[in-house]
Amino acid sequence: MPEKTGVMTAEEKAREHIRMQNLPHIWCPGCSNGITTRAIVRAFEETGVDPDKTVVVSGIGCSSRTTGYLDFDTLHTTHGRPLAFATGIKLANPELKVVVISGDGDTAAIGGNHFIHAARRNIDITHICYNNSIYGMTGGQYSPTTHLGDRATTAPYGHLEREFDLCELAQAAGATYVARGTAYHFVPLVNYIKKALKHKGFSFVEVISTCPVYYGRLNGIKNAPDHLQWVADRSVTVKQAEKLTAEERAQKYVIGEFVQKEAPEYVENYMRLIESARGDNGDRNQK
Amino acid sequence: MNAMVETQNIRMMQGNEAVAEGALAAGCRFYAGYPISPSSEIAEILSARLPRFGGRFIQMEDEIGSVAAIIGASLTGAKSMTATSGPGFSLMQENLGYASLAEIPIVIVNVMRVGPSTGMPTSPSQGDVMQARWGTHGDHPVVALAPSSVKESFQLTVEAFNISEELRVPVILLLDEVIGHMREKVLLPDPGSLRVSERKKASGPREGLLPYKPDADGVPPMALFGQGHRCHVTGLYHDERGFASSSPANASALIRRLHDKIEMAKDRITITQGVGLDDAEVVVVAYGSTARASLRAVKDAREKGIKAGLLKLMTIWPFPAERVKAALGPKVKHVIVPEMNLGQLVGEVERAVYGAAPVTPVSKVSGHLFQPVEVLRVIEDAVADRVGFTNRRGG
Repeated sequence: MPEKTGVMTAEEKAREHIRMQNLPHIWCPGCSNGITTRAIVRAFEETGVDPDKTVVVSGIGCSSRTTGYLDFDTLHTTHGRPLAFATGIKLANPELKVVVISGDGDTAAIGGNHFIHAARRNIDITHICYNNSIYGMTGGQYSPTTHLGDRATTAPYGHLEREFDLCELAQAAGATYVARGTAYHFVPLVNYIKKALKHKGFSFVEVISTCPVYYGRLNGIKNAPDHLQWVADRSVTVKQAEKLTAEERAQKYVIGEFVQKEAPEYVENYMRLIESARGDNGDRNQK
Repeated sequence: MNAMVETQNIRMMQGNEAVAEGALAAGCRFYAGYPISPSSEIAEILSARLPRFGGRFIQMEDEIGSVAAIIGASLTGAKSMTATSGPGFSLMQENLGYASLAEIPIVIVNVMRVGPSTGMPTSPSQGDVMQARWGTHGDHPVVALAPSSVKESFQLTVEAFNISEELRVPVILLLDEVIGHMREKVLLPDPGSLRVSERKKASGPREGLLPYKPDADGVPPMALFGQGHRCHVTGLYHDERGFASSSPANASALIRRLHDKIEMAKDRITITQGVGLDDAEVVVVAYGSTARASLRAVKDAREKGIKAGLLKLMTIWPFPAERVKAALGPKVKHVIVPEMNLGQLVGEVERAVYGAAPVTPVSKVSGHLFQPVEVLRVIEDAVADRVGFTNRRGG
């Protein structure tokens, strides 16, 4: 029996945060959700979150099945609504760290309203969006982030709508930490998630993800590694993007950090409101 | 001294205000909602009152998010509620079903107005009785209570919280606009005299914990977030561990248990009141503001020598069929069901009566409340056995 050194291997550390009994996961072979989940777990390890005081909330879709594999208090909610559930958790119990995992359909279509208002409130929630530009679980229909002209099972002639830039949306709505990474660029992705976890306020990390089974197959990408390479080829840093025209930039994934600022956080403000309301003796029915 | 205390507890208040006060008395510490007439006073009052109790109020972006937020808060242990009216109640159906399947205690108040759609926002109706029962998809159980006075609004709000905590179910409180906005004198009970229930909570080591394993009463102790249980909660069918399962045996056992836990508690959670039923030849079954008009009509009928009685339903779901059957004495010849709709609960009454006497609906859908005389006329018609009496439809 090998002597215990006290130093944990990477795998042992990861197991601390994963419900091994629920593996193997349900994702298709070649799906990038495993990479992104590993990045989240790595960020949890390296920021040292308390697993007994962290709640991970998800919506509905492929990405949202992540909560079943993470060893925290986890809440698998309804389609598009995880931020609204998370808002209740955080406001009711501010000592909890609240993380939301959701997809592009969840975040920007059915849950778009909750997304902009959570960002507007600057509530202390970290929202990680796996953006694979398609509804994978229901069979490859187009989403709010499907690229113009690309094909989906409901866009057999090519997609007609413009896509959302989720980071610009988050920024405009008031998020105070906004970053975009990809499943290809693992190390920077971990870094963004760590910074989001440490950030006070609404933090948003978009993760450009791959769906080789639907997006790839429908759009001439032959296999899973090619799909990741396709993401890498389209990626430019914020700095590189500055030199591009708007038209060129539209063809790229701009990766990096877009916003990092301090602003009053909603729950902290609410707790101050409680203090001042309790000090106000104007109401004779006060307890 | 006692007189002084009582004087202090006498208040002139509105039904909506009584709901807010009842919620606070029951221990509600979290409210999320979206403005809508005729329920908005509940939100306004709680936005001012909750912070003084250390509680939380948030106005969400819509009613869907409101129910989501109260479920999230309840998962951390806070007694939580929302209030709305018809259009908002429609939006709440999605997460109402979630709370039912995931067994999250919440209270949803629906101050009914005339629908469908935007309808008549400040006119009373009892049009959401079946939506309360069947509004969310799937074969779910439901509990709904309906007060007929300001005092009952207070009492039934406390009861709604108690039932939701004891059974881990969403409970719907159905007011009609008249009850929500009517002001009357109420003697608020001494807080110490109230029966207030708390949910059972999971305890013990997290290894081996089965957060959805029920006790003998069909209710699993609740594993709250932030207590180190590291539990999973999902709207998918799940096994006793809380993880998704689509095994046929598990699916059947789960949905049957959700019904059974309410069925087992049915007598305890059924609140009804009978007036003059023992010798009644005509029995009126009513709820909400309609029960007030009916009570007056029954009294007036008695003065005219007609043996009339009233069964007032305060629990309407699960439907108290046993109480309806028990209300039919040996002399009963007619059952009358006035409702501010075109006949919703009357079908349930018919099923319970099962041919023992003719059951007559009396509908009023003009956006006006029932006048006692309108119910009285039907009672008189019934005893006179006028031709074409049964199957009549009112204004």
